[in-house]
Amino acid sequence: MRLRVKFSKHGVLRFIGHLDVMRYFQKAIRRAGIDIAYSTGFSPHQIMSFAAPLGVGLESNGEYMDIEVHSLTSAGEFADSLNAQMVDGIKILEVRLLPDNAGNAMASVAAAGYTIAFREGFQPDFLTSSVIDDFYGQDEIIVTKKTKKSTSTFNMKPYIYACCFDEQNGTMSLTVDASSAGNIKPALVVKALYDYKHQAFDEFGLLVTREETYTNVGTPADMQLKPLGFVGSDY
Amino acid sequence: MRNLALSDEILLKIEKPARYIGNEVNSVTKNKMDISVRFAMCFPDVYEIGMSHLGIQILYDMFNQFEDTWCERVYSPWPDLDALMRERGIPLFALESQDPVRDFDFLGITLQYEMCYTNVLQILDLSQIPLLAAERNWEHPVVIGGGPCSYNPEPIADFFDIFYIGEGETQYRRLLDLYKTCRKDGASREDFLAEAAKLPGMYVPRFYEPGYHSDGTIKSFEPTRPDIPRTIVKEIVTDVSDTYYPEKPVVPFIKCTQDRVVLEIQRGCIRGCRFCQAGQLYRPVRERDVEMLKEYAVKMLDNTGYDEISLSSLSSSDYSRLEELVSFLIGKCQEKKVNISLPSLRIDAFSLDVMEKVQDVRKSSLTFAPEAGSQRLRNVINKGLTEEVILKGAALAFEGGWNRVKLYFMLGLPTETEADIREIAELSNKIAVTFYETVPKEKRNGKVQIVASTSFFIPKPFTPFQWAAQCTKEQFLERAYMTRKAITEQLNQKSIKYNWHEADASVMEGILARGDRRLCRPILMAYQKGCIFDAWGEYYRHDIWMETFAECGIDINFYTTRERSLDEIFPWDFIDCGVSKEFLKREWLRALDEQVTPNCQQQCNACGAARFQCGICFAKRGGAAEAL
Repeated sequence: MRLRVKFSKHGVLRFIGHLDVMRYFQKAIRRAGIDIAYSTGFSPHQIMSFAAPLGVGLESNGEYMDIEVHSLTSAGEFADSLNAQMVDGIKILEVRLLPDNAGNAMASVAAAGYTIAFREGFQPDFLTSSVIDDFYGQDEIIVTKKTKKSTSTFNMKPYIYACCFDEQNGTMSLTVDASSAGNIKPALVVKALYDYKHQAFDEFGLLVTREETYTNVGTPADMQLKPLGFVGSDY
Repeated sequence: MRNLALSDEILLKIEKPARYIGNEVNSVTKNKMDISVRFAMCFPDVYEIGMSHLGIQILYDMFNQFEDTWCERVYSPWPDLDALMRERGIPLFALESQDPVRDFDFLGITLQYEMCYTNVLQILDLSQIPLLAAERNWEHPVVIGGGPCSYNPEPIADFFDIFYIGEGETQYRRLLDLYKTCRKDGASREDFLAEAAKLPGMYVPRFYEPGYHSDGTIKSFEPTRPDIPRTIVKEIVTDVSDTYYPEKPVVPFIKCTQDRVVLEIQRGCIRGCRFCQAGQLYRPVRERDVEMLKEYAVKMLDNTGYDEISLSSLSSSDYSRLEELVSFLIGKCQEKKVNISLPSLRIDAFSLDVMEKVQDVRKSSLTFAPEAGSQRLRNVINKGLTEEVILKGAALAFEGGWNRVKLYFMLGLPTETEADIREIAELSNKIAVTFYETVPKEKRNGKVQIVASTSFFIPKPFTPFQWAAQCTKEQFLERAYMTRKAITEQLNQKSIKYNWHEADASVMEGILARGDRRLCRPILMAYQKGCIFDAWGEYYRHDIWMETFAECGIDINFYTTRERSLDEIFPWDFIDCGVSKEFLKREWLRALDEQVTPNCQQQCNACGAARFQCGICFAKRGGAAEAL
C-alpha cells in the first residue's frame, strides 16, 4: 500500500538540501515506528519517492513524498505519529492512500505553483498587474540558457501556466512546469520579467515559496492540473 | 521561528549552511531564565568531523542533565565563513541559541589531535575572546581544554585558563559548583582559578612555572602557589556501567563522518602496544556491562532513527562478552533493518562468521594492522600479531569469499632497518600467495587486491617510545621509497597497491606532540600569519610553520629527532596518568631488547594503573587491589 504524504518546509529548514531532507525523513520514519516497506537485498532501504526537489533557500507549503507501508492505521494517526518526530520547520499536512495504478510522486509531477515575495530593499517599484499582463501576454518569452559548452535560447512561454501579480501584497504568483523533463525555476521567469523591463536583477532579492505541486489529470494537450494528493483518498 | 546568527545573504553564499543553523533532532534548548551556567562545548574542526565525536555527545548529554546548566555546541567555521565573519566582525556563536560564545560562562575545547591547535586560536579569535588567558577577565568565558592532547598541554598552555586532565564525567559538577559560588561571592577570576586548581584533575597553567637547563631541556617544573598540587592525577570513571551515556544523541541533518549510533563497549586497552598513546592514557581497561549496552543500543536506535550501529573501543575483540552482544545486535538489527559495523576486530573464525552475517562479503574488505613488517620489529613495538595469525586469518577469509585486504604499517619505528621494511612487501606478497593457494581458480571472484598503507611513526608522550628519536622528513621519505621499491620487486606486485602519507605534516605533529611551553609563541605567530585547519592537507602550510620556528629561534630537531636521555624531565611529567614513568622506562628498555610484554589479561605488569582500583586490575585481584 502506498501513501502520499504532503508536508511543508519553512524557517531554518530552508538551508537543508533535498538529499538531507530525504535522509531526515528516513530517520523520522524509523523513530515514529512506521511500518514502512524495505527493498530486498543486502542493504535494504526504505521504499520512498519524493516529488520534486526543492532548492536550498526556498520554503514550501506543498512538498510530497510517497512511501510504501505494510499496514494502515488512519491518515490522522499516521500524520500525528510522524509530526511527533518533526523538528521545528517541517510539518506533515496531509496523508492520502494511493490507488494501485497511481504513478510515483516523482513521475507524477507536472507543475508547481509559487509565491514570490521580495526582500526588504529589493521590492520592485515597476511591478504592476498590467506590467505582468503585458509580460505574460507576449507570444514568446525567450530566455538564454548557458551550458558549459554553448549558449542556447528557448521559448519559456509554453511552460508558464499562470503568472499574475497581487497588488495588495506586492507578490507574484506563478505556475510553471516542474516535470523532470522541463522544470522551470521560478527565478528564471522573474529574471525574464526584469529583463523585459530593463531592470537589474538579483536573485537574492526573491523570497520564493512553493505553494503546491501538481499532477496533470488531463491530457498533454489539454492539461488539468490538480494537487498531487488529488489522486489519493482519505483512509 | 528561531533567529539565526547569520543572515540569509551569508547562509546562501557559503558551503553547507546546515553546519551553522542548529535545530537538529535531539539538540537541547533550554530557557535562559532557568539557567545559571552556560557551557559552550567546542570541537575545533569542521561540523562534520566534530559531530562525529562521541566524547562531546557524552558530555553534552551530561551537562544538559544538570538542571542549572545549558550546554551548546560550537565547531570551527569553514574557511569560507571564517573569512566573512572576520570581514564583518560577526562573533562566533553556539548552534542551539545562536548566541555569541563570548557571553557564555565556559568554553570547553576538546583537543583530539595536535594539528587542531591553530583552530583553537581561530575559535577564540572569532569569539572575540583574548587569545592569551592572561588577558581575560570576567567579561570572558573560562576557557577549558580536555581530551588526549591535554596530557601534554604545554605547547598551548598560554591559551587556556584550565585543562581538565582525564575523563570528563567525574569532576565537572564540582567545577561548576565552585564557579557558581565564586561568582555569587564576587570572587576574582584569579581566585576562582586558584580554587579550581585544587580540584582533582584540574591543571591551571598560569600557576606553574618551568625552568630550563642551558641545553634547553627542563630543569624544574613547579607550582607558583603553595596550596596547589605539584602533580595532577588524571580523572577516571571507575564504574563505566553506571555513568553518563547519551540515550538521545544529536542527529545531524547533513552526512557526517560518523553517521551512525556509536556504542562504546569499553574504555582502555589490555594490549600495551608501545607506540600507542591511547593504550596507556586510558588504563586500566574497563568493560561496560553487556546488559547496559543492549539497553542503550535499542534506545539509541529508537531515539535517533539511524540505520547503522557501530561498536567502539580500542580493541573490540578483547571485550569479554562480545559474542553475546553481537548475537543480540544481529537479532535486533535484522528486525529493525539496521546495519552493524564492527571496526577494530581481530580477524578470526568468530569475527569472519559475524562479518559474513552483517555485511556484503563481495563489497567489504578485511583489515589487518601488523604495524611493522617483521616479527622482530613487531616484538619491539609489542604488537602481539604474528605472521602465522595473519596468514591463517587471511586464508579463512579468502575461503569465505573475501578478496580484498587492507594492511596498515608504520615507518620510522625505533630500531627499524631496511630488512624490516622489506618484510612489509614480503608479508603483502605472502598474503597474495595465500589467496592463490587457498582459492581454486574456478572459485576466484577476480584477483586478490591488497592495499598496503604506511603512516610515519610519531613518538607520543606517556608511551614507552616517548624517549625515542623521530625520523627526519628525509628519512621518512627514504623509507617510503624503500617500501615502494620492495613491493615492486614482489612476484605478486600487481595485486598490491601501496599508499603512503605526506611527511611534512608528520614532522609538524611530532614537534607539537612532545613540545613545551616555548611553542606557544610560534603557534600564535603561525596562526596570525594565516595557518588554520592544519589537519587538512589542502590548508596545511608547512613553509609558514618552518619559517615561524626559525624566526622564534626554535630548532625543531630538539623536539623531533633528538633521542631523550633516561633521566630527562619531560614537559608532561607533572601529569600522572596512572601509568608510571618507571614502567614506561622499563618498557622502552625491553623494546630495545626486542622483548614482548604480556598483555593485562595474561598478567599484571605493574604499570601503576591499579591505583585506580577498577577495571581489569581490580577484577583480576578478586576485589583487593594490590599496591604495586
